[in-house]
Amino acid sequence: MKTPSATRIVGAPVPRKEGVDKLLGRARYVDDIEREGMWHGATVRSSIPRGLIRSIAFDRRIDWTEFAVVTAADIPGENCIQLIVADQPCLADGKVNHCEEPILLLAHPDQHKLREAVGAVRIEYEPLPPIFTIEESERRDVVVWGADNLLKSFLLEKGDVDSAWAGAAHIVEGEYRTGAQEHLYIENQGMIAEYGAENGVTVWGSLQCPYYVFKALRAVFDLPDEKVRVIQTETGGAFGGKEDYPSTLACHAALLAMKSGHPVKMVYDRMEDLAATTKRHPSRVRHRTALDPDGKLLAIEIDLATDGGAYATLSSTVLSRAVLHSTGPYLCPNVRVRATSWATNLVPYGAFRGFGAPQAIFAMERHMDEIAATLGIDPAELRRRNFLHVGDTNATEQEMREPVILDQLLDRALKESGYYAKREQFARSNVKSSIRRGMGLAAFYHGSGFTGSGEAYLNSLAGVDVTPEGNVRVLVSNTEFGQGTNTILTQVAAEALGIDYANVTMAAPDTGIVPNSGPTVASRTSMVVGRIIERACSQLLALLREYAGLGTTYTQKEFLDACERYRATRGEVVSFCRYEAPPGIVWDDQTYHGEAYGAYAWAVYVAQVAVDTVTYSAEVEDFWAVQEVGRVIHPVMAAGQVEGGIAQGIGYALYEKVFSQDGRMANNQMTNYIIPTAEDVPPIHVYFEQIPFQYGGFGAKGIGELPHDGPAPAILNAIRDATGIAFNAIPLLPEDLYAGLAAAEPEEMAAR
Amino acid sequence: MSKSVRATFHERWPTIQFRVNGEAKVINVPPMKRLLDVLREDLQLTGTKEGCGEGECGSCSVRMNGELVNSCLVPVLQAEGAEIQTVEGLALKGELHPLQRSFLEHGGAQCGICTPGMLMASAQLLEQNPHPDEIQIREALAGNLCRCTGFMRIFESVAAASAPERTGATAESTTEPSNHAG
Repeated sequence: MKTPSATRIVGAPVPRKEGVDKLLGRARYVDDIEREGMWHGATVRSSIPRGLIRSIAFDRRIDWTEFAVVTAADIPGENCIQLIVADQPCLADGKVNHCEEPILLLAHPDQHKLREAVGAVRIEYEPLPPIFTIEESERRDVVVWGADNLLKSFLLEKGDVDSAWAGAAHIVEGEYRTGAQEHLYIENQGMIAEYGAENGVTVWGSLQCPYYVFKALRAVFDLPDEKVRVIQTETGGAFGGKEDYPSTLACHAALLAMKSGHPVKMVYDRMEDLAATTKRHPSRVRHRTALDPDGKLLAIEIDLATDGGAYATLSSTVLSRAVLHSTGPYLCPNVRVRATSWATNLVPYGAFRGFGAPQAIFAMERHMDEIAATLGIDPAELRRRNFLHVGDTNATEQEMREPVILDQLLDRALKESGYYAKREQFARSNVKSSIRRGMGLAAFYHGSGFTGSGEAYLNSLAGVDVTPEGNVRVLVSNTEFGQGTNTILTQVAAEALGIDYANVTMAAPDTGIVPNSGPTVASRTSMVVGRIIERACSQLLALLREYAGLGTTYTQKEFLDACERYRATRGEVVSFCRYEAPPGIVWDDQTYHGEAYGAYAWAVYVAQVAVDTVTYSAEVEDFWAVQEVGRVIHPVMAAGQVEGGIAQGIGYALYEKVFSQDGRMANNQMTNYIIPTAEDVPPIHVYFEQIPFQYGGFGAKGIGELPHDGPAPAILNAIRDATGIAFNAIPLLPEDLYAGLAAAEPEEMAAR
Repeated sequence: MSKSVRATFHERWPTIQFRVNGEAKVINVPPMKRLLDVLREDLQLTGTKEGCGEGECGSCSVRMNGELVNSCLVPVLQAEGAEIQTVEGLALKGELHPLQRSFLEHGGAQCGICTPGMLMASAQLLEQNPHPDEIQIREALAGNLCRCTGFMRIFESVAAASAPERTGATAESTTEPSNHAG
């Protein structure tokens, strides 16, 4: 194994790199920044879900000469936000396809006057019929996108599903649904832009992917690379919500900066952020499963559909990840997954932690419990009989070559949670109590990094340098938004270079300074970028040994002295590496076969839930999370990621519902979009089994998204255990519990 | 009063005096201006954050006359004569406050945007109840939303700061040591 077992800094709970600034309140988020002569910007948005723009009128009581006004006609380049498909305009031009679609931009030095002005722009529409559901979109009575409303489809096949049904001892079917979910980062979206003929466009903002924003600005302004600069400011949470949307906001702020001749700040308030920005794709997943008498999977057939909203955004890649996680961590010889993503006239859905996997895993893991119930097998035992092992292939026929320890994870989850003893105890106590308790589990994996050929396509470049002042800097475009990028990557560099953690810093997340090491998404930073940094450090040490007489052992001072000798004779002390795929990564995008991911993180989660049959509230009372994520680089942060993901997953399952009215989010306030508070989260017990992955940074695999995959199915499985009723849709609010329990127990209800 | 403030003096607006982090402040602003905006815009104390603007998230929590308030819900005229403490007033002479040290050590801050408000709510709790149990910590922080941590490490941070003589003795902390690497 290449990874050394003894490390000084990797695996140690070093202080968060930017922690002191955050604790003192001096970390600078975008809204904390002022630029000389800065104006404020605002957006005039569509009030209807679909239609033609007939006229735009400006109320004469406002002196519009004080304002900068931007419409689609002001866009110097392409009126399109660059992502995967070129379908989403930067500003609506003649027609609108969803409520809150941006139509017109305003800037003014005074925020109060700006707010008045937004309300004084009158837009007249000729409405067109909208569609709001997957079912309406599938029917194609109204076509709102392309020729057939279909944003993307995939077909994945393994073996021969059709001939498996006849010989099956059992066939189990089910339909599962998941709702939209808001990221609810506590810092709203925000951006500041400047524009000058000489320097082009510069933006500062709250964002995950500086080079995505860079690409978007370049196209909207039709500028060469050297005239576009993107700088990430301290970012107050993202969870995928700042993967794609900041491209739109950056273009808006920059257009206003160009038109007004002033720096322009645009920071959404919470209502605008909730109503207008992306959310997690809603899904409908249908399972049909063939089993042998012992509960072994013979065939899995899945029809998986997502609502993509009005434009394509990232729906195709979200759908792809959903497909690749839809059959769970199980061995099955025959698989067919048909997946489709449908256009509707809703605000486009986008990236959100897990990226399709939580939807697919909710369906699979809920379905496993229905299979267990149908066959009369214990849910844990049913999973154990079907787990993947080393040498098996998953649905894409990727052979499991790295260790798979699902049995061990399951054993530990059962033991730590006291699963069997509690189920027995609850079975007894539930009979005489209005509070019914249950235990539920979920087993799952999450692929780390971009799918299939994605990492090779990204071709990430990252490195380290040593400044003349003796600062060792990590050069990446990967950003910190709470999840620990700054700390993890400087830990990796300090470890690899053999110097102090305190002496390594992150270069500013500024496209004028750092190379494109890919987006900060897909649980790829520790594993993929960490590995590139580790290699760049080894390469730097080799150079210093060859050209600057660095010894085999050295002190930090000797290291820095060698850097200065190198600088004197050979110039800049810098080392870059590009992504190198682990050997044997073969992926076919056409047939969806091969190595879908370089590595998988594995987990078994257990939830203990209490259902109050008087108030119809469900409460997660305790939670156990056992996972194998490769080497844990920072134990406190890793556990923090898992705990945070689980809390978000609890919200996804039990609290967070987006209510839509005629295509508009009706509960776009924190008052009525409810997330778990300090009083709602249960104790969360986190356990790591560590198996270093030799192609990840110091053995790391991905961790950030994994914890969002498991809570929802584990919780609904626990509710099934508690009540005997299969609830197959999330969010599961008290009214849904009431409906389900009342239908199942009419006499008991009547008696109450 | 600084020159720039005098230059924009509005007679229609009251002059409001209060103390922020121990310093006397005199400002001339619209009386209904939110305390949050006065702190951030007029006094350049940007450590206090806006998360929702409607008193739900607690990111703008500051202490006013010994009470914890959402500064987005306080018109500045209510702050006349008040003693206000913000996150910038927690550290003493460049030394981190015990809560700040504890949040740093126990992973209580991730993205950091809820952190100033969370620290103020925690400081308020510990002043009123130096040794809170877990239920009391949960109640005291129920008005401060965090989307990153799942709260476990925030509870741990507050518990550790509440019992400095026992720092490191996790058996006494409110959450059990929940990271079992093995």
